[in-house]
Amino acid sequence: MAKKESQKDPQEIETTGHEWDGIEELNTPMPRWWLWMFYGCILWAIIYAILMPSIPFLNSYFKGTLGYSDRAAVLEDVEAMHADRAVYASKLSGANLEDIQADPELFRYAMAAGKSAFGDNCATCHGSGAQGFKGYPNLNDDIWIWGGTFEDIRETLTVGIRAAHDDSRFGLMQAYGTDELLTKDQISDAAHFVLSLSGRDDDAIASLRGSEIFRDNCASCHGDTGIGDKMQGAPNLTDEDWLYGDTLEDVYQSIYGGRQGVMPNWNERLSPETITALAVYVHALGGGQASAPAEPGTPNDP
Amino acid sequence: MSARSVRAKWVEDGSSLPIFIILIAGLLWALFAAHPTGVPAGSYPTLEMHGYIMMGAFLVGIIMLVGVCSNGTPKINLAEYEDKVIKYGVLATTFWGIVGMLVGVIIACQLTWPRIFYFDSMPWLNFGRMRPLHTSAVIFAFGGNALIATSFYVVQRTCRTRLAGGLWAWFVFWGYQLFIVLAATGYLTGITQSKEYAEPEWYVDIWLTIVWVAYLMVFMGTLYKRKEPHIYVANWFYLAFIVTVAILHIVNNLSLPTGMFEAKSYSLFSGVQDAMTQWWYGHNAVGFFLTAGFLAIMYYFIPKRADRPIWSYKLSIVHFWAVIFIYIWAGPHHLHFTALPQWTQTLGMVFSIMLWMPSWGGMINGLMTLQGAWDKLRTDPVLRMLVVSVAFYGMATFEGPLMSIRYVNALSHYTEWTIGHVHSGALGWNGFVTFGALYCLVPWLWKKKELYSLKLVEWHFWLATIGIVFYITAMWVAGIMEGLMWRAYTDLGFLEYAFIETVSAKHISYIVRALGGTLFLLGTFVMAFNIFMTIKGRGLAEPIDGDEPLAKRPVLPVSEPQLGGAAQ
Repeated sequence: MAKKESQKDPQEIETTGHEWDGIEELNTPMPRWWLWMFYGCILWAIIYAILMPSIPFLNSYFKGTLGYSDRAAVLEDVEAMHADRAVYASKLSGANLEDIQADPELFRYAMAAGKSAFGDNCATCHGSGAQGFKGYPNLNDDIWIWGGTFEDIRETLTVGIRAAHDDSRFGLMQAYGTDELLTKDQISDAAHFVLSLSGRDDDAIASLRGSEIFRDNCASCHGDTGIGDKMQGAPNLTDEDWLYGDTLEDVYQSIYGGRQGVMPNWNERLSPETITALAVYVHALGGGQASAPAEPGTPNDP
Repeated sequence: MSARSVRAKWVEDGSSLPIFIILIAGLLWALFAAHPTGVPAGSYPTLEMHGYIMMGAFLVGIIMLVGVCSNGTPKINLAEYEDKVIKYGVLATTFWGIVGMLVGVIIACQLTWPRIFYFDSMPWLNFGRMRPLHTSAVIFAFGGNALIATSFYVVQRTCRTRLAGGLWAWFVFWGYQLFIVLAATGYLTGITQSKEYAEPEWYVDIWLTIVWVAYLMVFMGTLYKRKEPHIYVANWFYLAFIVTVAILHIVNNLSLPTGMFEAKSYSLFSGVQDAMTQWWYGHNAVGFFLTAGFLAIMYYFIPKRADRPIWSYKLSIVHFWAVIFIYIWAGPHHLHFTALPQWTQTLGMVFSIMLWMPSWGGMINGLMTLQGAWDKLRTDPVLRMLVVSVAFYGMATFEGPLMSIRYVNALSHYTEWTIGHVHSGALGWNGFVTFGALYCLVPWLWKKKELYSLKLVEWHFWLATIGIVFYITAMWVAGIMEGLMWRAYTDLGFLEYAFIETVSAKHISYIVRALGGTLFLLGTFVMAFNIFMTIKGRGLAEPIDGDEPLAKRPVLPVSEPQLGGAAQ
């Protein structure tokens, strides 16, 4: 070992007889342990290269005596996984919530698949806890722009919002300022009125002026009382939930520039069973609503 | 002083004319490049800015050259070492070290607090542009200047002759600085060929090639006219570094520009061949730039500072050739589990394993050189810095082969572990050995008895050491954690964690890393102050009396070399 050499007095070992700028070199033999470990590594390298694919030929390569291949192994794993999941997948595709809930094993699978798909695809905008951000709805609460039943959620996932799908959900919130449909003063008044709907405005006169503007321009979608319409994707303006912020400035901006939030249609990227699983998962996050056939224009809040 | 009192031997230096021609050619090209025509706006950054930078640089170069030549052909004194260019190199190393490490701390903060350190109105300060600035600044600007400066110093002393080529050494120094400025400004403005550690576009690559060939010629020319019968081991390593980097640089940057005066180019290779060429380059940039070159520094400065002979000549020969032969094959381990054929991965891995002991040969030789001088570690913080660098070198060159094993790599690849590994090598090995060399060089070059303050070197040592420990432990924790999180499956075969969860899990580690980097940077500031005060001659840095010969510095022979006698 090295110790033996290091205990020797350096003076006992001769130098090579050369000197450069005062630096000399001792002629110490190479440490045995070092040499043997070097040989060991080389031996190991040769053995490994015999066992595994290693040497290239002109049109092929040496496959290794074990015949192992990364690609074959991965293919095998993926096929095994698909086989395991095929049973569940066939049950999930097109199933409704009652069917899934009736089968605890299937429900557990749907929740697991949904959680995983959510993390990979949805968390980017909605947050890993589905808590949402400004402009990206919170999916844990029971406030839904396009409806919170299992079927609604699955439809939204499939066709997206303002997305490329032909049947995509499309709510038209106009840019009243940018398109010069209203003056800045009118928009300001309307914003005051909108805030008064949830009791967060203190300028009664502006808000009174705004009520007329609201009736003429906004009520067709948001309703006369501002409770919104899920068929048109018009949010409820009377509640505590504000997707784009609840300050006067935020609401003014919403009316001035319109809000055109987009959610992709996932039918091209995810399989139907994954979308079903996602719908099960999102529905179960806390705000899912029962699948009673909804009347058009039903108020958002129960 | 004895070195001066020997007969001066003046000769004419004929290097001005070829340098002048290069500068004129560069200036002409830059004139056209600065006025881009026919390039659709916004498609890719034009050469306008770089054209003006180069125009300015070449103009200044020409004026300086004319100034030097105004009294006829410049003459050089062969009885004196060329030390001024090394002084500039020492200062450039210090300056670029601070720049590169400062950018490193900034991008560490950007990763830790992306909202606070996001500069909305300054897109060129985004992480994606700052990151190559950091890597290139520390590797090529800090490390590169250290290598050029120390190699010029070492090759003169160990060959007992003045640098060959007269003004060419200055051309190498300033040409290299121009390369750094072009690379750095290019990254910030979005001019990049997006090859890691080889980001500069084709015209900057060509310029570096010219500078590098000049460097090789100066170095080989000096070796050729050496007054010693044998070539010292440090010079083997320097030569291997210069030659191999030239080959790596040229091959990996083979590309076709879209036009003579356009910034954009397309790589000659495509797909997995391009990836393999890139990592053949990338790995050997580590192997020959950051290992062979810095081993050369180690092989001169450790025996010199410890005043001990090199421990084993045999070991130095065997591990030199083993490192050189094996390193060049290890690149594929950067592409495990990719489109790269598995046989290539196997070869990359087994060569990496075989590289372990050759790398350790350098560590053993460096550490064992202290035999009989271990006590100096207590009293000399500069020597301690050099020795600790070798210890970090040993650690990093064990970790590297370990991570190249495919089964380990399956966990470590793409994680922070890699970042930690790189920095234990870069901060601990390259950083410390450079700091140690700078602390040696400054008093030697500026002819002072000692550094301004050894106490400040102690401070630098401990700040930097604690910084490194913070850095690499944080990255081990973060890397292994995220590696395990990425491969965690539920019992139903779904991924346990969303990607964003693995990112937020690293937040604390990121804070510790940023703190470690800040400590390391602080240490570098302390060093810069110490160097500045030493040059000013304050504190312990008393000027050496003119008559006192420099310690162990032989006088340059002015007569014909006594080849037989010099070996005695």
